Amino acid sequence: MKTAQRLTLLLMMAPAILWLGVLIVLPHVEILILSFSERVAPRVYQFGFGNYLEFFTEPLYWRTFARTAIMSILVTAVTLVLAFPIALYIARVAQGRVKAMLLLLCLLPFWVSELVRTLGWMMLLRETGIISYILRMTGLADHPVELLYNDGAVILGLVYGGLLFMIVPLANALESLDPSVVEAGYDLGGSRWTVIRRIVIPHAMPGIVAGSIIVFMLTVGNFATPVLLGGKNGLWFTEQIYAQFITRFNWPQGAAFGMLLLLLSSAIVWAGLRLTGQGLGTTLRQA
Amino acid sequence: MASSNDLDIANVTKRFGAHIAVNDVTFSVAPGEFFSILGPSGCGKTTLMRMIAGFENPSSGDIRIRDASMIGVPANRRPVNMVFQSLALFPMMNVGENVAYGMTCRGVSRAEADERATRMLERVGLKGFGDRQVTALSGGQRQRVAIARCLVLEPTLVLLDEPLGALDLKLREHMKIELKQLQGTFNTTFAYITHDQSEALVMSDRIAVMNQGRFEQVGNPRELYHSPATPFVASFVGETNRWQGVVSDGADGTIAVRLPSGVLVHGRGKSNVGDALCFARPEAIALASDPTALSALPNRFDGRVSAVLFDGANSSLLIETVGFDQPVRAVLPQAGALAGINVGAPIHLGWTSDAMKVFAA
Repeated sequence: MKTAQRLTLLLMMAPAILWLGVLIVLPHVEILILSFSERVAPRVYQFGFGNYLEFFTEPLYWRTFARTAIMSILVTAVTLVLAFPIALYIARVAQGRVKAMLLLLCLLPFWVSELVRTLGWMMLLRETGIISYILRMTGLADHPVELLYNDGAVILGLVYGGLLFMIVPLANALESLDPSVVEAGYDLGGSRWTVIRRIVIPHAMPGIVAGSIIVFMLTVGNFATPVLLGGKNGLWFTEQIYAQFITRFNWPQGAAFGMLLLLLSSAIVWAGLRLTGQGLGTTLRQA
Repeated sequence: MASSNDLDIANVTKRFGAHIAVNDVTFSVAPGEFFSILGPSGCGKTTLMRMIAGFENPSSGDIRIRDASMIGVPANRRPVNMVFQSLALFPMMNVGENVAYGMTCRGVSRAEADERATRMLERVGLKGFGDRQVTALSGGQRQRVAIARCLVLEPTLVLLDEPLGALDLKLREHMKIELKQLQGTFNTTFAYITHDQSEALVMSDRIAVMNQGRFEQVGNPRELYHSPATPFVASFVGETNRWQGVVSDGADGTIAVRLPSGVLVHGRGKSNVGDALCFARPEAIALASDPTALSALPNRFDGRVSAVLFDGANSSLLIETVGFDQPVRAVLPQAGALAGINVGAPIHLGWTSDAMKVFAA
């Protein structure tokens, strides 16, 4: 009986274990090993830290790395600030059909592939694009304006892509707040700002952290948006990994970069959890 | 019109679309008074309370606190604090922070707020609870935190929205007394809303009985119980027997009502012609095994015990009585000779005409 139960459990978990093992653990182990192999001669490799040393000695690499980290944090913060009022409205004000409608509106852009969505932004922002055209027609600009290929465009695209993943956990967290607790906050003399700061935000904290982790990870690992909207100025770390693997055919260097990116996102998520005093468990439940 | 009242409600009406939740209500609450609004769910009492607290605006009429109109004053600027039905303690703060919250909103320094919160917790019997989480408290303790959180702000008026509803019976009985005592020690004006007539009767100085958006009667608990002004008050406040009939004779102060079975009952009231409703309290029904003991009563009937509802001092009998379509309920004194009566026993019952109120139906 006991062994039969154990067997059932094992069989039921087999797909998940296979998934994790074959698609996540195995490649990462491979990448980890690869990242420590140095090329000493054509087709001759030996163990060494050269790939990691290369990262620290070449300013382009670590600057891109730092830039990716800072921009991703910035994107996460902007997404949070934009998503909070939307989530608050969906969770506390909208009722019934309107609520479902609003969530659907947030979801709608994701029916289109990320590439097409990003190309959509390019059509709007490029020198011969719609916004530039409108600016010229209304006389606000006297020559075509290039809005693409700058940090603003990259942030815009990334925030747009992350918004839904921030709104859903936030709205979930806010929905569970008892309306009378908010009323009590006002009744005892709290201003709107006090109520938000001392009651609504602490209550929504697990949702805020969950949404921020998701958006941060999506942003750090994004490739298409910074490349397309940022162009040469995009300088996203994933581009460096891509270049090492595909253009330079230097897999060990690419593997080292991959491991560094994994370390970066883990470290920042850990720091975020520590800073907000949230446990990983409660956060995952909220997400 | 200067007024010495803490609260004056003048012709307040609240409409939600076509529905009138509160219909032209006027009353005043004196300083230090324990005023209750008693009514069934959906009678508009919660809407009325939310208007006083500032969460709803009246469609018409005026709400004045210490003679200052509250119309247009937001909830966080009114000298009124509310104890919510769910208590609505802040789960993200500990007990001390819950109590200090209102003071810090008012710009009291953190240190002073903490100190006053500690003193307030001591006064409500929660000394040393400041650092506890609110989720770690029992129902009665949470109740006291919710009240302390209001009282520490020294409001003109504390509103209580059925705060005992979620408690179990034993604790509710205990909290009734405790609330009354708290109100006495702090000498703060309380406005309490409830659908539980026993809560209202036990704690209140005055009670307003509310039904379908209107006040049926305002009075002290005894007045409501003994001299109900309307059939609704007579049936809603306390246990009562209720019969329907037609007035047959309205002579000499007492009214004779003929029940559908043809039986005549005698009571007092204003109704002179037409359909009438009669109410008699179970404790006003005299019981005897010997009919001669009841010979002085104008209403005398014979019956048979159909059920014994034993509940200690609140025990009562249901008596199948000739001429009445429903069993008559009568209190069974546990100290009397009939204490051991059983189902099926024949019994004689009667009541004075003063004990029966007659209203036009």
